[in-house]
Amino acid sequence: MPRTVRDVVFVDGVRTPFGKAGPKGIYHETRADDLVVKAIRELLRRNPGLDPKQIDEVAIAATTQIGDQGLTLGRTAGILAGLPQSVPGYSIDRMCAGALTAVTSVAGSIAFGAYDAVIAGGVEHMGRHPMGEGVDPNPRFVSEKLVDESALFMGMTAENLHDRYPTITKQRADEYAVRSQEKAAKAYANGKIQQDLVPISVRRTNAEAGETGWGLVTADEPMRPGTTLESLAGLKTPFRVHGRVTAGNAAGLNDGATASIIASEDFARENNLPVKMRLVSYAFAGVEPEVMGYGPIPATEKALAKAGLSIEDINLFEINEAFAVQVLAFLEHYGIADDDARVNQYGGAIAYGHPLASSGVRLMTQLARQFEEQPEVRYGLTTMCVGFGMGATVIWENPHHKDAGGNK
Amino acid sequence: MSTTAELLKGAAELFPDEVVTQAHVRHLDLPFGAGRFALITLDNGFDHTKPTTFGPQSLANLDTAIDQVEAEAAAGDIVGVGITGKPFIFAVGADLKGVELLKEHKDALAIGKGGHEVFKRLSALAVPTFAYYNGASMGGGVEVGLHCKYRTVSKALPAFSLPEVFLGLVPGWGGCTILPNLIGADKAVSVIIENSLNQNKQLKGQQVFDLGIADAIFEGADFLEQSLIWTANVLKGDVEVERPVIDRGEAWDQAVAKGRFIADSKVHGAAPAAYRALDIIAAAKNGDLQQGYDAEDVALADLIMGGELRSGIYAFNLVQKRGKRPAGAPDKSLARPVTKVGVVGAGLMASQLALLFLRRLEVPVVLTDIDQERVDKGVGYVHAEIDKLLGKGRINQDKANRLKALVSGVLDKAEGFADADFIIEAVFEEIGVKQQVFAEVEAVAPAHAIFATNTSSLSVSEMASKLKNPERVVGFHFFNPVAVLPLLEIVRGEKTDDASLATAFAVAKKLKKTAVLTKDAPAFVVNRILTRFMGEIQNVIDEGTSVEVAEKAVEPLGLPMSPLVLLELVGPAIGLHVSETLNRAFPDRFTVSPNLAAVVKAGKRGFYVYDSGKPELDPEVAALLKQGDVVLTEEQVRDRVLDAVAQEIGLMLDEGVVAEAQDIDLCLITGAGWPFHLGGITPYLDREGVSERVNGKKFLEPGVASVPA
Repeated sequence: MPRTVRDVVFVDGVRTPFGKAGPKGIYHETRADDLVVKAIRELLRRNPGLDPKQIDEVAIAATTQIGDQGLTLGRTAGILAGLPQSVPGYSIDRMCAGALTAVTSVAGSIAFGAYDAVIAGGVEHMGRHPMGEGVDPNPRFVSEKLVDESALFMGMTAENLHDRYPTITKQRADEYAVRSQEKAAKAYANGKIQQDLVPISVRRTNAEAGETGWGLVTADEPMRPGTTLESLAGLKTPFRVHGRVTAGNAAGLNDGATASIIASEDFARENNLPVKMRLVSYAFAGVEPEVMGYGPIPATEKALAKAGLSIEDINLFEINEAFAVQVLAFLEHYGIADDDARVNQYGGAIAYGHPLASSGVRLMTQLARQFEEQPEVRYGLTTMCVGFGMGATVIWENPHHKDAGGNK
Repeated sequence: MSTTAELLKGAAELFPDEVVTQAHVRHLDLPFGAGRFALITLDNGFDHTKPTTFGPQSLANLDTAIDQVEAEAAAGDIVGVGITGKPFIFAVGADLKGVELLKEHKDALAIGKGGHEVFKRLSALAVPTFAYYNGASMGGGVEVGLHCKYRTVSKALPAFSLPEVFLGLVPGWGGCTILPNLIGADKAVSVIIENSLNQNKQLKGQQVFDLGIADAIFEGADFLEQSLIWTANVLKGDVEVERPVIDRGEAWDQAVAKGRFIADSKVHGAAPAAYRALDIIAAAKNGDLQQGYDAEDVALADLIMGGELRSGIYAFNLVQKRGKRPAGAPDKSLARPVTKVGVVGAGLMASQLALLFLRRLEVPVVLTDIDQERVDKGVGYVHAEIDKLLGKGRINQDKANRLKALVSGVLDKAEGFADADFIIEAVFEEIGVKQQVFAEVEAVAPAHAIFATNTSSLSVSEMASKLKNPERVVGFHFFNPVAVLPLLEIVRGEKTDDASLATAFAVAKKLKKTAVLTKDAPAFVVNRILTRFMGEIQNVIDEGTSVEVAEKAVEPLGLPMSPLVLLELVGPAIGLHVSETLNRAFPDRFTVSPNLAAVVKAGKRGFYVYDSGKPELDPEVAALLKQGDVVLTEEQVRDRVLDAVAQEIGLMLDEGVVAEAQDIDLCLITGAGWPFHLGGITPYLDREGVSERVNGKKFLEPGVASVPA
């Protein structure tokens, strides 16, 4: 039977405000599944044109699929969100690129014709589920030297990346981090971020963490506006003595969830759903696990090649800031300036936080807003590094661009 | 005149064991830049299994929280104040334990005033106030929200009520006054009077919204978020809250009249709470809130110091607590698993039992009878009832298929009962027949199987006496209608062992019945008391008092129906049979009425005809009656009847039929529908002086169902 590959579009994306993991964090007493559920419900409220019965799949990513992040979250969150029982769901894991992989997996299925409209997102409550909870690495990794021992410690892999790019100094990383905070503060001041946030009610019973009772979270908790180079200079380098990676030039440990609607373009248009981005290509690539921050480079190479584009065609970048060095390595590789205006216009994970498996959709939601504002830009990309030595890149076309959609 | 804080401090000293509710104040930024908001969370620090209540210290905590937000509101630091509850619970009202402890009118008055003084402050704040009914809301919980300017309710809210009248109080922290002014007298009467007197019916979130008590409704999944977003919109003027204009004309008076009609039909003037509540609702017509609050204070204090409330709380605790942990039941670990049930007999009672076991235990249930036609009819009844449940949407098709597949009928007991663990008989009420049936069953049933009998008046020990293993027999006496009345009298025979008894209690719990352990005494508890009660009514009629006077004599008790209407429901023939049984056991106290015998012999099903719409003595029955010439007044009749009941209960307690008077009351409430305001009956007999007159002492210690000494 002949098939036509269908165009896939990003309809809309939302997220919870991100919180700081730990006993004083805003979400310390909030369940991870509730975060996803509230994001999904907000998405549906914002898009009344999408009849919930027509949702073909709910794909939700989490790295640590235990407890309130287990139990096949895509399915259980769908039921908890009030979706019809006829809507199926599943869980996804590609660590930091979980939500991104949720999007590309369902996108592939939409292109194939298996789905028309899908909810894809991710969650990570790193307070309830710290990195490494319950892991049991095979001893052969070490005995057979399959990976370096530092591969499981993300901060160490970032130090290793600094080694690979000797010109990327701590100073450059800190400067990048300060700019990320500045850009994020500016984006907040201009209302760019809040419009895609879902308010979350949070309960606190521990008076040491602040006022007790119910509260409402409407803004990201990790942000540190006013961060200066001086304030960063004195921070410890916990991953290596005299190292370069600090809590200031890396994303923190965070809690949060994201959700997006991905659909075939035809379905979106027929149902009067917004078309915020059109999927061009995506790719994943593996690298040495001990320099996992290098991953976005080969992934982007592959994605560009598949799209028949070159890096010069890309005019907006949303790069996940797991570590400043990983963004800088990417920019260095492509000869892009550290402060290039096309890169992370609203700031990034250093400011907002990086609840692992949720972050991919945050990048997309922000890129979609930038597309809206900048119709002169035709292509943008979202990319991130992934634990155990991987990179993930998705290239998007701006539907607001005059030539968008090629001959359509 | 003391301050609110002093008032509450004094009250708190009377109640040192209060489970204290905290009123946490937390600040948040409302969405859309609507401003800074103070949200009060009511939380007693326990999970939802221990709902949040208001005792005096809890009210004092809320008072302190309001001090804080009042200052912030006055200073312009906040744009609004909200109040909500811990997960699944908003607040379930006054702490009844504290109410029980109150000994003096002035302390009772302080509780009423204390609640008013604190709650009133919410409506007097300089900023708008919002209540978010997130979960179970009752009594004072509902009322604290009524004092706010706006309310939202969760669609997932499972229970919302003003249950005070049910217990013997009035909604006295603003409920009687504010609710009719908010939603109109008619709807308020439904909530305060009708629902309360209708077995304390609870409202769901949607109904709370539909009644107009809440201004907005949101789904449970993100109820608080959506409530706060709505709050922001209200404060910004983007959402306008519209409420219907209240009809303060004739409709108000009609609503109060309707309330009185409902109260009369339920309590027949015998319990004051509903009438006190209606008086306040009637007066609330003029919209003067403070006048209403003052009336509430007085009504609360009067009722707290009155016997009906104490009886009501006593009855509530019996049903909620003692009913769930039956006195004298053996350790539940002794209970054997019940994986298959046998029912001997396939008549109507047996079929009803089969249906109940099937629905609650969801194990195979086998009916047997003496011919195939009866067996088929029994199974057919169960199938038809399952189809009815399916038709009403109470169960789905899969469940219907499952239940139908579990019920079967056979002629051969060996085939049906060879692997049954629990076998109940509901055959003809004749000792020889029952002994024969159990002998046949014992020949084929497994050694561990429990034999239960639904006998209402035969001796369980005698029934077991011919068996090889009499220790396996227990009495399992249901009340008609089986699906409606919660009581199950579990009878321990002389030889019944603990494992059998424990199994019987375990099964009762699965059947969701209120089990009470009784001795193997004639007619057990409810039938013995009812028969003595009815017998005395019958005696006075036989002696010459008119049927009308005899019936009216016990109206002030507020029983669910008159004695002769009850007799009609039971069936005169059965009533006669039980009176004959008891007459054989206790000929000095239980008589067999010749008039009743004549009515039964004539084949009459009751004493009344209803051709005019009202019960009127059937002329054919009137013609049968042969009366003497001793004509008593209502009061004389009432004294005789109550004396007889008090005497019988006293004797039953002496005989050890049940562990305590509390069990008698629990049986009468759950097996005969005797009202809460009587506390079953013994609190009423104590309060009216009948117990002392007849037995020389009260049944209950002071404070158990009365104002403590």
